[in-house]
Amino acid sequence: MPTDVRDPGSRRARAAWVVVLVTVLTAVVAACGVTRGADEADNRRLRMMIPNSPGGGYDLTGRAAARVMEDDGLTGRFEITNVIGASGTVAMQRLLNEREADDLMLTMGLGVVGAVYTNRSDATVDRATPLARLVEESEGLLVPSDSPFTTVEDFVKAWKADPGSVSIGGGSSPGGPDHLFPMQLAQAVGVDPREVNYVAYDGGGPLTTALLGAKIDVGTSGLGEFEGQIAEGSLRVLAVSGEERLETVDAPTLKESGVDFAFSNWRGVLAPPGISDEQRDALVTLLEEMQDTDAWRDELERNGWTDAFQTGAEFEEFLVSQDARVEDTLKELGLV
Amino acid sequence: MDMLLDGFATALTPINLLYACIGVLLGTSVGVLPGIGPAMTVALLLPVTYNVSPEGALIMFAGIYYGGMYGGSTTSILLNTPGESSSVITAIEGNKMAKAGRAAQALATAAIGSFVAGTIGTVLLVALAPSVADWVVNLGAPSYFAIMLLALVAVTAVLGDSKLRGFISLALGLSIGLVGTSTGQPRLTFGNSLLADGIDIVVVAVAIFAIGEALWVAAHLRRRPLEITPVGRPWMGRADWSRSWRPWLRGTAYGFPFGALPAGGAEMPTFLSYITERRLSKHPEEFGHGAIEGVAGPEAANNASAAGTMVPLLALGLPTTATAAVILASMQSYGLQPGPGLFDNEPELVWGLLASLFVANTLLLVLNLPLAPVWAKLLRTPRPYLYAGILFFASLGAYSVNFQWFDLLVLLAFGLLGLAMRRFALPVLPLIIGVILGPQLEYQLGQALQLSEGDWTTLLSEPVAVVAYVVIALIVLVPLVARLRGGGTDPLEKELDDLEKEVRP
Repeated sequence: MPTDVRDPGSRRARAAWVVVLVTVLTAVVAACGVTRGADEADNRRLRMMIPNSPGGGYDLTGRAAARVMEDDGLTGRFEITNVIGASGTVAMQRLLNEREADDLMLTMGLGVVGAVYTNRSDATVDRATPLARLVEESEGLLVPSDSPFTTVEDFVKAWKADPGSVSIGGGSSPGGPDHLFPMQLAQAVGVDPREVNYVAYDGGGPLTTALLGAKIDVGTSGLGEFEGQIAEGSLRVLAVSGEERLETVDAPTLKESGVDFAFSNWRGVLAPPGISDEQRDALVTLLEEMQDTDAWRDELERNGWTDAFQTGAEFEEFLVSQDARVEDTLKELGLV
Repeated sequence: MDMLLDGFATALTPINLLYACIGVLLGTSVGVLPGIGPAMTVALLLPVTYNVSPEGALIMFAGIYYGGMYGGSTTSILLNTPGESSSVITAIEGNKMAKAGRAAQALATAAIGSFVAGTIGTVLLVALAPSVADWVVNLGAPSYFAIMLLALVAVTAVLGDSKLRGFISLALGLSIGLVGTSTGQPRLTFGNSLLADGIDIVVVAVAIFAIGEALWVAAHLRRRPLEITPVGRPWMGRADWSRSWRPWLRGTAYGFPFGALPAGGAEMPTFLSYITERRLSKHPEEFGHGAIEGVAGPEAANNASAAGTMVPLLALGLPTTATAAVILASMQSYGLQPGPGLFDNEPELVWGLLASLFVANTLLLVLNLPLAPVWAKLLRTPRPYLYAGILFFASLGAYSVNFQWFDLLVLLAFGLLGLAMRRFALPVLPLIIGVILGPQLEYQLGQALQLSEGDWTTLLSEPVAVVAYVVIALIVLVPLVARLRGGGTDPLEKELDDLEKEVRP
């Protein structure tokens, strides 16, 4: 029988429901809140900011690094937050806003350098404190198995003859590594980057679809996500972009194929501006210790990353040169 | 068949059953909360997999995925606050049912529909995955564009009694869909990089549905007598069953193929299912006031699409949704390479996973069906508390995505829009459809034209596209011809008359 809420007999039931509601909501809040408390006094608490969503490249790198540092007892617990927005520009802005915060690191990489420019943000990477470069990933030139291109030479020949007719797809938006690679390659072989027909796909999945369905002629991407298709022969790799061949993929480098050009997607760690030299050195030492562990070597192998550890002035120079090169490429494209 | 039985042997070991349970529970709870979805949950659990067997981890992830598809419906129905984009459509009829005292029936038809669709979808997956996957990659941007155009034409059926108001609402939705830098140029971002990725459909839906309504109720609290939500019967009656089973099956028929298509997703089939049920229903007058078909169809569709997603994932290593992409990453971290070889190389794992999908589905039903009448009683909470709870819940969900106060501002701004839409009797559905379809339509058109170097004939270059255009032509021309013949009882006209009582406050 229906019971009226205002019926005094159901008042207790009503109170019970309010209690249930409050308990559920509190539990939800507790589950979402960032974990504070339970602090070990002698261990430092650090924060790691990730500029894209869970499961992405920066996320995998940043979380792996934080996990190794925690598990090997190099530091206390890490509080990891994903700050998503504008391909990393939002996170970069937030890092710069936290001036002098000596407990914060941001995992970033080539894509963030480019995104800052394409989003016309002034949160450029040279304003932060560089800590270390961690890993490098080669890009690959992928074609469907029945593509007319069998070597880089075939591709470059067709590309030079009519740049617009060769469609190139990548898994990143303009300014990201999959976009910068073909543009800089175009500059290297003498094709006007503005004539490159680049199609941006939303990550590796849609790009795989387009390649398997031969909707695009060439794909540019890191090769980790394509190992299955490459092994079974539905996709072929014309060349890898790095200085050296990959162990996992049987393909020449660009240089071996007669194109004097090398390109790597890299990821590293920055700290906010304004921290003291001692604070910076402490964080760099921590990362150096992490890089020296077996656990980190396992992570590198598991994820197919190349170790590209670099700190100090070297990394700072590298950042400056990357920044300038990306800006130059994007300027030529009219995107800056 | 033997292999599937072996799969059940794997899935039903106590430890794997435990993982399935954990997955389903986790999935349901993250599905409930707007902002946190199954993709993020699986990604955050990736490190856990290092200490768990591959079977256990994948079984848990599949449970999270299925659970997430179901969990979103509970808050859609009870609180008008969709937890996932795939359950936005469910809120439209589901919450109206709840207000009419039929929350338990809405929850039950959602639970059983999800079970039916998930089970049929999984059967289709087992039957089709090894063979059918190859053709899905042949659909290109022209086909997707045509299918989405078809969906947009179908929107005209839900514009409501006032065409002008319907189109205003649609235009608002399409404008919201423009926000962002997806074309390479910033549009409507006002120089704010927080708007560069556009506005999440879940935030829009929660704001318009839940915040808008809470504000509306607050604005009228003193002027109108308190409406008490009647308490209905706890279980589905015979009429509910007979009105639900066809929508379940039709929803499955929409959901599975869309899930399997690389650019299909779960939103499109829920929307198409809703439109279809509305056209086919024997009780069209109930739509907008809580028609059970409008819950049964879309809820079946979203679960069937989750099953469909597994087809390209397992057979080609092709992730078609964010959740599938993260599941793929976890498989790769075990050194497993999805693709045609997977069924031969890892039969125990694959069939164990498929069997566990059946198990997850059954668990969801067992967990959720008895809870339906219990949840329904939540609505007896006095309205001030209830709406305070809804506001809190919605804000928490919007904030938890990114820990940005800006997102709360967006939520509130769209909440005010929702209030204004109620004030001026603008229907909500066209706006939601505009937000979902607009960006995708533009993206597919742009991509098709870019690949053809600006040649418009490319739009007719794929058979699926041509079929879609023929259907569009029929939808537009048939009523027109009927009217020209002076038949008088134009079916569309009649339907529009029936829809006079459109979603109104």
